[in-house]
Amino acid sequence: MSNNSPIFKTATELSQDLQGGTVTSVDITQAMIDRIDAVDEQVHAFLHIDKEDALDQAKASDDRRAKGESLSPLDGVPVGMKDVIAVKDQPLTAASKILENYRSPYDATVVRKLKDAGAVVAGRLNLDEFAMGSSTENSAYGPTRNPWNLECVPGGSSGGSSAAVAAREVPLTLGSDTGGSIRQPASLCGVVGMKPTYGMVSRYGLAAFASSLDQIGPFSTTVEDAALLLEIISGHDSLDSTSYPTEVPNYSAELKNSSEPKVLGLPKEFFGPGMDDEVRASIDQVIEYYRSIGYQTKEVSLPTTDLSIPVYYVIATAEASSNLARYDGIRYTSRSERAENAIDVYAKSRGEGFGAEVKRRCILGAYALSSGYYDAYYLRAQKARTLIRQDFEKVFAEVDAILTPTSPTPAFKFGEKSEDPISMYLSDVYTISTNLAGLPGISVPCGLSSSGLPIGMQLIGKAFDESNLLQIANAYDREHLHGRQVPNL
Amino acid sequence: MSDETPMDIDYVANLARIELSDEEKSTYQKQLGDVLKYFDKLQQLDVEKVEPTAHAFPRHNVWDKDEPRTGLPVKEALKNAPQSRQDQVVVPKVIEE
Repeated sequence: MSNNSPIFKTATELSQDLQGGTVTSVDITQAMIDRIDAVDEQVHAFLHIDKEDALDQAKASDDRRAKGESLSPLDGVPVGMKDVIAVKDQPLTAASKILENYRSPYDATVVRKLKDAGAVVAGRLNLDEFAMGSSTENSAYGPTRNPWNLECVPGGSSGGSSAAVAAREVPLTLGSDTGGSIRQPASLCGVVGMKPTYGMVSRYGLAAFASSLDQIGPFSTTVEDAALLLEIISGHDSLDSTSYPTEVPNYSAELKNSSEPKVLGLPKEFFGPGMDDEVRASIDQVIEYYRSIGYQTKEVSLPTTDLSIPVYYVIATAEASSNLARYDGIRYTSRSERAENAIDVYAKSRGEGFGAEVKRRCILGAYALSSGYYDAYYLRAQKARTLIRQDFEKVFAEVDAILTPTSPTPAFKFGEKSEDPISMYLSDVYTISTNLAGLPGISVPCGLSSSGLPIGMQLIGKAFDESNLLQIANAYDREHLHGRQVPNL
Repeated sequence: MSDETPMDIDYVANLARIELSDEEKSTYQKQLGDVLKYFDKLQQLDVEKVEPTAHAFPRHNVWDKDEPRTGLPVKEALKNAPQSRQDQVVVPKVIEE
């Protein structure tokens, strides 16, 4: 395939090419479909792609452009959706058997915003069932494979969203991040992935996992592209009562302004045992680079770090057990044929429809909320969550952002952690506390390991300070562009 | 707590309304027992004077404008129901005779 093919370009470049008239949206969308046909049998990032609908949207975009009525810089650029984000009349399975035949009757707010901006919303991307997992092995429709090494996991839960961008099947995708589900797969697949501040992006139309932690966010090959997509999907929405009423800056324009060197915090608890040597070496190089352009780094402490995984799994499973009660075999899921009474409809439909990890988490959540245990688990975890938030508040009085690896190791092999829930949970150790504190975080690729697997760094910012976070991330990314490296497929 | 008695898996699976096979019950009981042991870190924490966090940036009394909006038409809303009749979802009889 020619290097000039649209699939090797960033969304920003495609946007410029579309405006310059050197390519059409139909060209781009057709190239994307051809690429999916060529490589997705190996990668399995997509659960579904409505090619006809994608090309219709592309044609409509080209017609608008011909009349001088383009809607935004993303008009005509394809964007793929994690299969938990509702697109009217398209399937939404959440990678679960229980939603096998579901079709969304409405658009999620992020999808409506993208359609209003003229983007080609195309493709349903694989994930761990209901976003519960860190490897995409929990999909009822088979795992996604890492484009850098097909024997390795792509990370998760948004593994389809990260692998599709890494494999150059689509330039931009959306995922959701509850404890690292955007940043960890972005890191393992060598692309950029960002979780915005809680409340920055509407959750309306996102199949809920843990409502106080979930956020939708972008995947891309560059930080510049992430800014472009984030500014379109962000903003207050009256359909989500946790959406925050705040102005959305023009992130991509602000990236072009030169920014002063900043102060980066290095939390000592993150740089302890458990971190792979090559990951550490790679992060050391990132630290060196920032120092070389005038940034200061400072050791900081987040003493509650070791609490974050137990706190997260109590809160997330409790919220999940409530949220997933709606999949009851009554209104919009498959119903067990063995059900004879009302309780049967619930228990048998859920027993047949849910996979192992979803069952485990719903049961654990029901336990944490049950009479006699609520104070010991759920209430305690909510109080510990306050301590975690306060740790970050103290650190952010001294620094502009926190720099850590995104994941303690590069991508692991299939089956390596799938039988041991705790070892899988520990792969989110660097990302989870960000969700508990509601803060924005971004994973930026920072090189390859000796075995050719991507390594990512994470930057955590102050609440609603995406603009600075993106500028800091871009100060590294625009000079390195590791996300533009293409895996051999 | 977790170290005293193992989780009563039948009781909790019923609370969660999930039917489990015997094999699933024994696997999950063991796995969730390990997870609960891991949660013990929380029990050692002094949080008596700490206020709980439900949301990172809580908003209170979120009101919407009192303006009528079109909802989902009944036919659309029922499109995904496993069984429906006369614009309603069909369920097994819940009232005993």
